[in-house]
Amino acid sequence: MILFFGKKLLDMLLTLLGITFVCFLLIRLVPGDPVLLLIGERNMDPAAYAEAKQKLGLDQPIPVQFIKYVGQVAHGDLGTSVVSKSAVWDEFKERFPATVELSLVALFFATLIAIPLGILAAVKKNTFYDYFLMGTSLAGYSMPIFWWGLALILIFSVKLGWTPVSGRIALEYDVPVRTGLLLIDSLSSEIREAEGLKAFWSALQHLILPAIVLGTIPLAVIARMTRSSFLEVLGEDYIRTARAKGLKENRVIFIHAFRNALIPIVTTLALCFGTIITGAILTETIFSWPGIGKWIVASLTSRDYPAIQGGVFIIAVIIVLTNTLVDLIYIVLNPRMKKAMLK
Amino acid sequence: MRWFALGLVVFGFAMQGAHAKSEGKTFVYCSEGSPASFNPQLVADGTSLNAIHPVYNGLVEFELGTTKVIPALAESYTISKDKLTYTFKLRKGVKFHTTKNFTPKRDFNADDVLFSFERQLDKNHPFHNVGGGNYEYFDSMEMGKVIKSIKAKDPQTVEITLNYAEAPFLANLAMPFMDILSKEYADQLAAQNKKEEIDLNPVGTGPFVFQSYVKGSSIKYTAFENYWGHKGNIDKLVFAITPDANVRTQKLKTGECQFITEPSPSDLAALKGDAKVSVIDAPGLNIGYLAMNVTKKPFDNLLVRKAINYALNRKSYIDAIFLGHATIAKNPIPPTIWSYNDAIKDYEYNPEKAKELLKQAGLANGFEAEMWTMPVSRPYNPNGKKLGEMMQADLAKVGIKIKLVTFDWPTYLAKSKTGEHQLIQFGWTGDNGDPDNFLNVMLGCASVDAGSNYSRWCNKNFNDLVVEAKKTTDIKKRTELYKKAQAVFKEEAPWVTLDHSTVFRAMSKNVKNYKMDPLGADIFNQVTLE
Repeated sequence: MILFFGKKLLDMLLTLLGITFVCFLLIRLVPGDPVLLLIGERNMDPAAYAEAKQKLGLDQPIPVQFIKYVGQVAHGDLGTSVVSKSAVWDEFKERFPATVELSLVALFFATLIAIPLGILAAVKKNTFYDYFLMGTSLAGYSMPIFWWGLALILIFSVKLGWTPVSGRIALEYDVPVRTGLLLIDSLSSEIREAEGLKAFWSALQHLILPAIVLGTIPLAVIARMTRSSFLEVLGEDYIRTARAKGLKENRVIFIHAFRNALIPIVTTLALCFGTIITGAILTETIFSWPGIGKWIVASLTSRDYPAIQGGVFIIAVIIVLTNTLVDLIYIVLNPRMKKAMLK
Repeated sequence: MRWFALGLVVFGFAMQGAHAKSEGKTFVYCSEGSPASFNPQLVADGTSLNAIHPVYNGLVEFELGTTKVIPALAESYTISKDKLTYTFKLRKGVKFHTTKNFTPKRDFNADDVLFSFERQLDKNHPFHNVGGGNYEYFDSMEMGKVIKSIKAKDPQTVEITLNYAEAPFLANLAMPFMDILSKEYADQLAAQNKKEEIDLNPVGTGPFVFQSYVKGSSIKYTAFENYWGHKGNIDKLVFAITPDANVRTQKLKTGECQFITEPSPSDLAALKGDAKVSVIDAPGLNIGYLAMNVTKKPFDNLLVRKAINYALNRKSYIDAIFLGHATIAKNPIPPTIWSYNDAIKDYEYNPEKAKELLKQAGLANGFEAEMWTMPVSRPYNPNGKKLGEMMQADLAKVGIKIKLVTFDWPTYLAKSKTGEHQLIQFGWTGDNGDPDNFLNVMLGCASVDAGSNYSRWCNKNFNDLVVEAKKTTDIKKRTELYKKAQAVFKEEAPWVTLDHSTVFRAMSKNVKNYKMDPLGADIFNQVTLE
């Protein structure tokens, strides 16, 4: 067991190191220069440029920079943003709740719709319903987020006027930050006294479109997973037995099959969280959602190396941790897996 | 499926009722990004400056919609005969904002002026290093060299002495980096050991009081009831930070914002067709050009420089690269700047004439040269590579074989300053709307050594004109001198003047009194909502 955890930990560290290295190299390959950003390109003085470059540590060879950076991260210091001059971790912390809120709602929305659809497709296997649902889910999976987001804005915000175009809450509400999750903060007693439920309602409205856009790909994945998992379970002997006993079909599906079919779905859900966090980068940019995705894009356009590196690193940590957790859940759910994993 | 559809419809109706529209005179501006700081001294980018404009005033300011300098926090000013001493009489009874953190106990006075200028000027000032200590504009406008001393003669009088006569000094004072911050607030923050707050929670004398800033989301201001100047009727000013240009357009259409910056060119036609929206445009305060290094052969030959001017089909570049959203430039300054010489005759596209001129220069068989293409996108040159390729094709037609070269941007800037290039694409966005900021900075003899004269063209006639214009403060006389200088420039053709890009803004029809700022800022001080 100790060996297993040791191996897992080593895996995680190597993955993180690899991701950090690739990110570190890639951003240095992108044309653009954080030094110019710092000193300004008007009347650029080569001496001042060299000095600023040295101050940022960018005058050293890339391997040296990388080793220094890793050392710094190992000590828990993600560096300071070139643009805002505040600690990368603080910048991240401030924006992360917005991304978490959006991701959770998106995942909730995806699950709520995907599982019933997947079951329907499995039960009505090879009928029009099945083909239609799976065809649609394939289309959903292939949808470019940018296009999809703008299309929804055009239909629901511009044409129908049902939802706001972008942002997190109507601009007239000043909700003090407690948890950072607006759905919770807007229910605090002081806001409820002043505004009633209007602020909460506004936050919810603002969540709808981005959550749909962000949830679309996971929805497609989960629906397809549900369908195949159900098909497998529905073919089992005990289901045939249940049916032979004369149980109603609803009972067979929702009581007997559902539980067993759920196991792979739950793991898919956990893995989708990674897709969602990274998908948030595009969704947040379209919907002006002040989370980490939008922050990373802004950092990229301003070539804020420490912010990009730090942001990518923390996201990588989150995804690696989630994946490891899923592996561990597997073992708990199915002890036979342990042997396979230990090899 | 039926339930789902029904649910959607019910939900839609519920939403329609709840879709809140804000009450009162709230003006929402959909801006494109987050400000880097709320201190005008520390920033040079348009996004940050826009967020700062509502809060502060300078001693002087630009008259809205023009580059004319008018008094602001200084009620009046006098300039000594030798043009070296500027005396500012300060406006009485001007109040600073009251905010969550600060309640002013006194009115604006000379101490505030001294504090604001000395913070940037004096490296030992207690606030100099707060916020990084990098004063980009103050340094690049060489204010440290120009200013000899600043004195408060009495609480309402400030005297600034210069080291040498510098006519654009007044225009520099009107720029945001010379805005006035509150010394009383600074002292309070220093006592609380929270100096850096001064750049985060700004206190100024401007028409709007800063309320809150949520990073990446919004900036909020309320109207300042004790504002000394003329203002519009907005009660609340909100910047909704919306980086995607398409989304900004949609927000304008739904009424979620009343004003958007930089609509995407592809949305312009649709916006112009919308009955609730008005679109305005103006030439940007910029110039894109191709500089010919006159210290390198064969560009030392005027005939060759003229030939290149005739050989380039600039109209085709504007159609292909700017999608028509630019105008052909004939002078080195944009038409929005005073002293623009409209009488100048431009070189038309005429490859035959170009060939003829090359023949006269003894280069009937053409020649080979290098052209540096800009590696970054700028409003006056959105795609340097494509522009280079189009120019290459045009020049090939008259027998000039061009090799395109480029570097990363810092290298491009550094190498070009030492004059390694032959032909080079460049451009400039003006700072203070003064012709000197274009003509002298990019074409004066002193700028050859400073490195910003990329054609390295030092013409005595031209230089005498712009240097003389810099020494006098009489606008009429300066205008005359600059007009003459533009004629010399055109005749000597050290550049091919390419374009001035067009700037667009779109707003709801109920927004009145907005004037496009030639310097490119979005200023809402006098805007009214109907």
